[in-house]
Amino acid sequence: MWDYTDKVKEHFLNPRNVGEIIDADAVGEVGSLACGDALKLFIKLDENKERIVDAKFQTFGCGSAIASSSALTEMVKGKTLEEALKITNQEIADFLGGLPEEKMHCSVMGQEALEVAIAKYRGVEAPVHGHDHVDTEGEIVCKCFGLTDLFLKKVIASNKLHTAEQVTHFTKAGGACGGCIPKIKELIAEVLGEEKKVAVEKPVKLTNLRKMQLIQETLENEVRPQLWADGGDLELVDIDGSTVQVAFRKACAGCASSGNTAKFVEQKLRELVSSDIVVQEVQG
Amino acid sequence: MKEIYLDNNATTKVDELVFEEMRPYFCELYGNPSSMHFFGGQVQKKVDEARNRVAALLGALPDEIVFTACGTESDNAAIRSAIEVFPEKRHIITSRVEHPAVLTQCRNLSKRGYRITELNVDGNGQLDLKELETALDDDTAIVSLMYANNETGVIFPIEEAARMVKEKGALFHTDAVQAVGKIPLNMAESAIDMLSLSGHKLHAPKGIGVLYVRRGTPFRPLLVGGHQERGRRAGTENTGSLIAMGKACELAQLHMAEEGGRVREMRDRLERELTAAIPNTRINGGGTDRLPNTLSIAMEFVEGEGILLLLSEKGICASSGSACTSGSLEPSHVLRAMGVPFTCAHGSIRFSLSRFTTDAEIDAVIKELPPIISRLRQMSPFGREFLEKK
Repeated sequence: MWDYTDKVKEHFLNPRNVGEIIDADAVGEVGSLACGDALKLFIKLDENKERIVDAKFQTFGCGSAIASSSALTEMVKGKTLEEALKITNQEIADFLGGLPEEKMHCSVMGQEALEVAIAKYRGVEAPVHGHDHVDTEGEIVCKCFGLTDLFLKKVIASNKLHTAEQVTHFTKAGGACGGCIPKIKELIAEVLGEEKKVAVEKPVKLTNLRKMQLIQETLENEVRPQLWADGGDLELVDIDGSTVQVAFRKACAGCASSGNTAKFVEQKLRELVSSDIVVQEVQG
Repeated sequence: MKEIYLDNNATTKVDELVFEEMRPYFCELYGNPSSMHFFGGQVQKKVDEARNRVAALLGALPDEIVFTACGTESDNAAIRSAIEVFPEKRHIITSRVEHPAVLTQCRNLSKRGYRITELNVDGNGQLDLKELETALDDDTAIVSLMYANNETGVIFPIEEAARMVKEKGALFHTDAVQAVGKIPLNMAESAIDMLSLSGHKLHAPKGIGVLYVRRGTPFRPLLVGGHQERGRRAGTENTGSLIAMGKACELAQLHMAEEGGRVREMRDRLERELTAAIPNTRINGGGTDRLPNTLSIAMEFVEGEGILLLLSEKGICASSGSACTSGSLEPSHVLRAMGVPFTCAHGSIRFSLSRFTTDAEIDAVIKELPPIISRLRQMSPFGREFLEKK
């Protein structure tokens, strides 16, 4: 049985705002019967068309999908469209006291329906990206659930996902035939790579403290995500001057090619921190 | 809240008589049946008795009974044994709707170069034996087909299949975990080589299983070590559970007529009344032979987890073939293999009864389920469309 919070249960058993708004200003629909969940969101604006005065929903899906829809309708009321657009799927989950990770896609569906509704109201191309919709810009990655690279990259970045399994929990991508999992891993590496380029810059002269910080940042942002993608991991054990001691974990521990992995770590650190760095593998 | 337990294909209540039978074998009669002293010897006598009782239920000989830790172990042992016995044969036949204990084993073997044929099922979840005939060849080491399906209760024509397989010289195994105790089996007049059963599906505890191995069937053990189970399954006997299993089999034999009679009548009434009260339903496997205790009912435009959670609020325990309850994202492999339409694949609920089920419990489901379905349909965009069209 799922470990739902009391708030999830309460919103599932007594969902707020079920129904429809006949003269809604905006309607957003995502999902399908085949996918196993779907949400139709209705939004009513005030006279000046500034603030959301009412929201209603209809949902086909599991307990957490219904609870997430109920939470979303409560959260958007009283907000301007700009404010509503800033709601993240994590905030929907937080409103409910959290969701099991396997159910995070329910919160993503809520956030997505909101985006679609507001885009349609504004008369712009709906930024639909999955759940059986056709995104004209992105390229379909998960054929089973019709999800594009643009959508997946957005969810990966905004939720800081670093494994294919997490991407499945948040979007369903890869959850059926699994054929797109290698592509999902590539997208993760791509997104995390982009973040790093912004995060890490190589200063000219390093203080010892700054050097240690940079080593840590580089390992966190550049190295570990790549290891995660292959089921491995490492831990920083010690830094002594330019000597960095790491211990390999998970699939990397005892892996025959851990020597190559250590070389890869060293190369990254030399490239991004300092050219005199030496990496040592230790047991720990 | 008192539970209304209609999930007996998942696991069953341990019969109190079974529990009483096993109780002394933990703190008092804890001897090892292999020991030479009187204290172990008296346990050995009870182990022999248990073996006789299991054999009697199956119409088997006592030395054809191998105790294991669970149905999954029995399934694994049977398939592993067959491929070791016939190292030159590289083909295995099974079906698309098997329990994961068989299916995962086969799919793992396919990565090691084995050719696996997964037989299809029709809309009722039934096999076409012509497909089996075509698939069988001299390279086939073992055919493993379930006796009855855990999700739908559909019963396969196992005896016919077993005879076809024997003619080709391959081994035949059946996972009969759901069938044993619910329908009569007689190994004395059967072509089955190996058959798996599980204690906790027939009112014995979890953690005990049996693999029936016909006399003369070549066999290689999965677990090696001690001489227990005539060298076919090493490891000190789980005496308490094993004795419980014997008692459970004895009781199953005693109550067999009730399964086919009273339990079936309750299931049929539940099916009839739910179908009448809830529009747009279908019975999965309704057009073919089914176990007397199982009802898998698909309801359009709603999702299974919501139904189960609302039933659970009323104390009713059932199960679903839906994705959301299992952590997987697709409807069950059984319903997909049957081609259940996507409008209702997500809304399938399984009620599985036992001899402990009462008429009052069936009445409760008949009362509680229809309003739950109409409430969820009101909430679902597809359900509303459907209601408006009506």
